[in-house]
Amino acid sequence: MSRVHVTCTINGDPAEFLCDGGQTLLDALRDEVGLTGAKEGCGTGDCGACSVVMDGRLLCSCLVLAPEAEGATVSTVEGMASGDDLHPLQQCFLEGAALQCGVCTPGFLVAAKALLDRNPHPTETEVRFGLAGNLCRCTGYDKIVRSVLAAAQRLSG
Amino acid sequence: MQDSRVDSVDILQVSNPRFRSDRPDRRHRMLSAMKYASPTTVAEAVDLLDSEPDARVYAGATDLIPQIRAGRPEPAVMVDLKRIERLCAVSSRGSTYTVGAATPTADICAHDGLAAAFPGLVEASGLIGSDQIQSRSSWGGNLANASPAADTPPSLIVNDARAVIAGPGGERTVAAAEVATGPGITSLGGGEFIVEFELDEPPARTADAYLRLIPRTEMDIAVVGAAARVTLDGDGKVSAAAIALAAVAPTVVRVPGAEAALIGNEPAGDALAAVEAAASAATNPIDDKRGTVAYRRQVAGVLARRAVSIAAERARERGGQS
Repeated sequence: MSRVHVTCTINGDPAEFLCDGGQTLLDALRDEVGLTGAKEGCGTGDCGACSVVMDGRLLCSCLVLAPEAEGATVSTVEGMASGDDLHPLQQCFLEGAALQCGVCTPGFLVAAKALLDRNPHPTETEVRFGLAGNLCRCTGYDKIVRSVLAAAQRLSG
Repeated sequence: MQDSRVDSVDILQVSNPRFRSDRPDRRHRMLSAMKYASPTTVAEAVDLLDSEPDARVYAGATDLIPQIRAGRPEPAVMVDLKRIERLCAVSSRGSTYTVGAATPTADICAHDGLAAAFPGLVEASGLIGSDQIQSRSSWGGNLANASPAADTPPSLIVNDARAVIAGPGGERTVAAAEVATGPGITSLGGGEFIVEFELDEPPARTADAYLRLIPRTEMDIAVVGAAARVTLDGDGKVSAAAIALAAVAPTVVRVPGAEAALIGNEPAGDALAAVEAAASAATNPIDDKRGTVAYRRQVAGVLARRAVSIAAERARERGGQS
């Protein structure tokens, strides 16, 4: 079966990969491109562990077919840090102990960044609603929410 | 590497009773022979569907991919409609809005004109799933998936939305109310898909509202949904009303009894009590984990009454503006 050739931009760099027509963007990122930050939690769009941003839209990469990425700009958790400098959200997650097992963390970071890009000064309620599409079974969310609020402050300060 | 991962999934399936043994390995379900197509015009999509009967159109795939993973047969071709400009465009001409069937609900919620004209429909659009889902969910998908619990169809229906449908016989326009005919069943013929929706700007002193009950505040499917649209006359009495309920019958149900009870009356007191009683009576719900028959019946009445009140309040605020 012939594979689909996809040319796109991933985390600012030109990228190309081969994928199957029915392969998800999540599987292509992990298995074809080698970016394993995005995780498969549920595979049905409920948990948000596979969150990436494509053409400015936060989405679940498990619900996107990989050929849709043709010509698109994709941002994953791997693109958040600048070299060795962590993104303030990543730094605040570490300082706030906003992770335990870590499977949900890349999705939370990508979704939180999308939230702060859109709304730099969210209330706690806005953070909780904004991250409702991301499930964490370890932390109870409180440390995540506080870390996002701390990062918002740091980013605006 | 790949093999060890498959093994671990198999072990999980054996040891965890939540995984049915006949459940297909989800990782490989999407990796078979499905092809991907992304036509850029309606005509190209129609031709493609005509030549390949086992093709499925999709907009966001937020329902379709989970259904395939759950065991629904894979189509031979997945036809992505989002590269067709008409499917993702919002425009207004004269007093009619045209909204592409694949337009992400996030874009609909950010559209000032739509939010002002159809606040209830836009609220319903924003209730679908998370921010991630909002990037992909659409009116066309929500309607064509034909879930009885879908949030936007009741609001499309009370606003008399029309669906423009393309297919091998050309284009036809039908009331949005006529698209879904049962759970997962539509009136769309072979090779047909929804291109766009048309909505007329509401008349003066007219507004809509949508309310949904779920057991939590986000990320769940309606136990009951209720949409209402109310037009008031200069004296504050109802001159036109439309009420539609979700998740209480195999399809969205209109409540003509409640609509009749409002006409000529102020939306208060006895008229609202009649709305509540008629809405409860119009339901034909199922018992499931989200709610019992009796609960859904009662809640349908309460939500219909409240939706009418909110719509009427908005209509009053609009005063004479058209």
